Amino acid sequence: MSLTPSTFGNDALTGGFTDPVFDGQSVFKLMMDAMARPGTLQTISTEVAPPAPLGIAAGAIGLTLCDHDTPVWLSTSLGRSSLPEWLSFHTGAPIIQERLEAAFAFIEAGMALSSFNQFGIGTQEYPDRSTTIILEIESLEGGKDLALSGPGINGVSMIAPVGLPDSFLRIWNDNRALFPRGADLVLTAGRQFLCLPRTTKIIATEM
Amino acid sequence: MYVAVKGGEAAIANAHRLLADRRRGDRSLPALGIDQIVEQLALGVDRVMAEASLYDRTLAALAVRQARGDMIEAIFLLRAYRTTLPRFGYSQPLDTAAMKIERRISATYKDLPGGQLLGPTFDYTHRLLDPSLLTDEEVDEPMQRPAEEGRVMRVSEILDQEGLIEGDGAMPVDHEIGDLTRKPLEFPMSRDLRLQALARGDEGFLLALGYSTQRGYGRTHPFTGEIRIGEVEVELDVPELGFAVSLGRIQVTECQMVNQFKGSAKAPPQFTRGYGLVFGQSERKAMAMSLVDRALRADEFGEDVTAPAQDEEFVISHSDNVQATGFVEHLKLPHYVDFQAELDLVRRMRRDFEAARDSGMDPMTEAAE
Amino acid sequence: MTELATYNFAYLDEQTKRMIRRAILKAIAIPGYQVPFASREMPMPYGWGTGGVQLTAAIIGPQDVLKVIDQGADDTTNAVSIRAFFQKVANVAVTTRTEEATIIQTRHRIPETKLNANQVLVYQVPTPEPLRYLEPRETETRKMHALEEYGLMHVKLYEDIARNGRIATTYAYPVKVAGRYVMDPSPTPKFDNPKMHLSDALQLFGAGREKRIYAVPPYTEVVSLDFEDHPFEVQRFDKPCTLCGAEQVYLDEVILDDKGGRMFVCSDTDFCEDRRAHGHVGPMLAPNGPAADGLPGSKEAAE
Repeated sequence: MSLTPSTFGNDALTGGFTDPVFDGQSVFKLMMDAMARPGTLQTISTEVAPPAPLGIAAGAIGLTLCDHDTPVWLSTSLGRSSLPEWLSFHTGAPIIQERLEAAFAFIEAGMALSSFNQFGIGTQEYPDRSTTIILEIESLEGGKDLALSGPGINGVSMIAPVGLPDSFLRIWNDNRALFPRGADLVLTAGRQFLCLPRTTKIIATEM
Repeated sequence: MYVAVKGGEAAIANAHRLLADRRRGDRSLPALGIDQIVEQLALGVDRVMAEASLYDRTLAALAVRQARGDMIEAIFLLRAYRTTLPRFGYSQPLDTAAMKIERRISATYKDLPGGQLLGPTFDYTHRLLDPSLLTDEEVDEPMQRPAEEGRVMRVSEILDQEGLIEGDGAMPVDHEIGDLTRKPLEFPMSRDLRLQALARGDEGFLLALGYSTQRGYGRTHPFTGEIRIGEVEVELDVPELGFAVSLGRIQVTECQMVNQFKGSAKAPPQFTRGYGLVFGQSERKAMAMSLVDRALRADEFGEDVTAPAQDEEFVISHSDNVQATGFVEHLKLPHYVDFQAELDLVRRMRRDFEAARDSGMDPMTEAAE
Repeated sequence: MTELATYNFAYLDEQTKRMIRRAILKAIAIPGYQVPFASREMPMPYGWGTGGVQLTAAIIGPQDVLKVIDQGADDTTNAVSIRAFFQKVANVAVTTRTEEATIIQTRHRIPETKLNANQVLVYQVPTPEPLRYLEPRETETRKMHALEEYGLMHVKLYEDIARNGRIATTYAYPVKVAGRYVMDPSPTPKFDNPKMHLSDALQLFGAGREKRIYAVPPYTEVVSLDFEDHPFEVQRFDKPCTLCGAEQVYLDEVILDDKGGRMFVCSDTDFCEDRRAHGHVGPMLAPNGPAADGLPGSKEAAE
């Protein structure tokens, strides 16, 4: 399909990085620190305006990491918004239907999720070829405490997200059982995000 | 008193300055012109373009001059420059059948349509140093005749008319063009990626490997079906326009080897192929490339892989001279920290040896317990 | 005349930076696993730090402060050259002070000064595959890592013990990371291996020629391979640094004359200068002078 300016709404053409070089670097730095220190809350201060319902942090991450070489999967509402055009225009990332092939998957808040298996989990020889899932939730604070441990975490650290899928801990443990394969997760809520690489152990501390 | 070594920056600056001075040499002599290098050292320029994988004669000549004639250094310079260039896409495959031919020969037929066209070859020169080249003696204009119109048929087409040669290495329709400068290499490789690696590969390395196949290290029974050198169009598809646009012409050398025939229970025997394609007039490289290409296809034909030229991982991992020279020459970098660790170990082991010997025991037995 | 291109911030184009950044994130998610990446030709030769340079170029920003060392020293020629490269293409602040740096690119040493959570250590790696000299084929070593089959490495270490009475590997000493992947720590002396374990800093490893990126996140277990009856040991220097008196640090041997005279000084030049600036002195600089310790001619400093 050839995309010409007339197929894009105005939404799609605006709201990207004003300075892609330095904006990309500063958002990446936050991501790198977040993945290296799982559970650390990061806040995007860069001005970006992805089309609703995609959050600002998710949009900034998309602009930073997606391009021609990264197939992207979008959940239903995201796929129906002007997000596909926005991502196409700003990053050139191909939007695909097949979750297995996605380098990045953007999932709207509230979508039912039963497992990460439908996404790319890599192979035993190339566990890096897996999807990074960017999951929007209601908030990263104020919910029930979860204890995190593992690489990147000094002892134990706590997060308290609100709006995770019901069977999240089971989904996460299933994902961990696949190690070294597995998907990696970014939780976003508006401007904020945190990363959960596949190595992180998560335990509920409150019932 | 010992003072810690300092002054690395100053040393480097001075080294650069000395290099620039040596590069220029005797100031009373005229400086080399880039255009002179392009014109009069054309085959050197061609090699640099080929192995740097960038077609630009002026830049290649600049690299040759900057590198003081060190070809691998020049290739490195141009390769590094290539990395900085924006990419627009991939051209259509070059139609070498439509080449504007300057040289075309075949060893498999005495005569054939299009003829045997020798072109500007060293082939039948007598290798006697020519003193007339010590000075600027007058050179005659070459003989000319009207150019042949139309396409010059390929030798492989002649064989193909009788079904005697395998197909032309067609890839599946949905095959994405392999590009080893974009994605990290994985073994085993598809043939398009292998050919890309060989096209960029060091001429000396491929020459030796090709030679080894002729001497029995993975024999492929080659015949030179055709070598053609000349200009071809480079065309780029432009979706907005709906047709391909010509970006201009480049000179390439193409070699088609006709190799050991192969049949099976289901198919009658056919000759097999080796292929070489290189920027510029680079015949030795194109021929060596085609010999190695065929050797690396041993698996496809159920041939035993017994020789270095047939070993894909070995050949492709070591064919890039920019990588090779980097790593070989990196041994010049300081390694004294690791050497200190080795010194420490060897001194310790020698002390143990002496202690064991002095106490009358067999040092080797001691160590094994 | 052909116009030569101008260079992007930190030299790499944005597409290359993104590709490397994605590889870094996956590397962090799979500690010790070598992520293949499409390494670019850089303006310095392969084997001279292009992997480290690509990592630094992909992560560095205008706020960063960069330190570059080689053999522990800021002033070795290649470190000087790389530092100058980044000053030119990124216009970034540089330092020789470990404490002031946010990014430290290193060849073959880990700084003696403990690193903190605001720092990233970028290692230059020549041969990322710890099994490479035991098995030259990538197709085979990739399978070994996939199946966690490291028998070949244990056999090699055991053969060392049988032949030499001890494990004969003194640098690039293999480690197991987060209990899963065996990793080559780069040719740092085994003396430095303990520093990698549970570090506050993020450690990134780049091999440009071999096209691999790997990582050790902070607070991650890094354990040197050994046997119960032949436990891992670091080198010991039995004399302190001649200039600053430091003990338990890695020392360089400096030849003083052609009669075998030698002395030992800190490999980490910043560490040594800092100690001397704070008044620490070693035998050579002490009030009683060099004669006090029988230097030059002392041959047994490392025992």
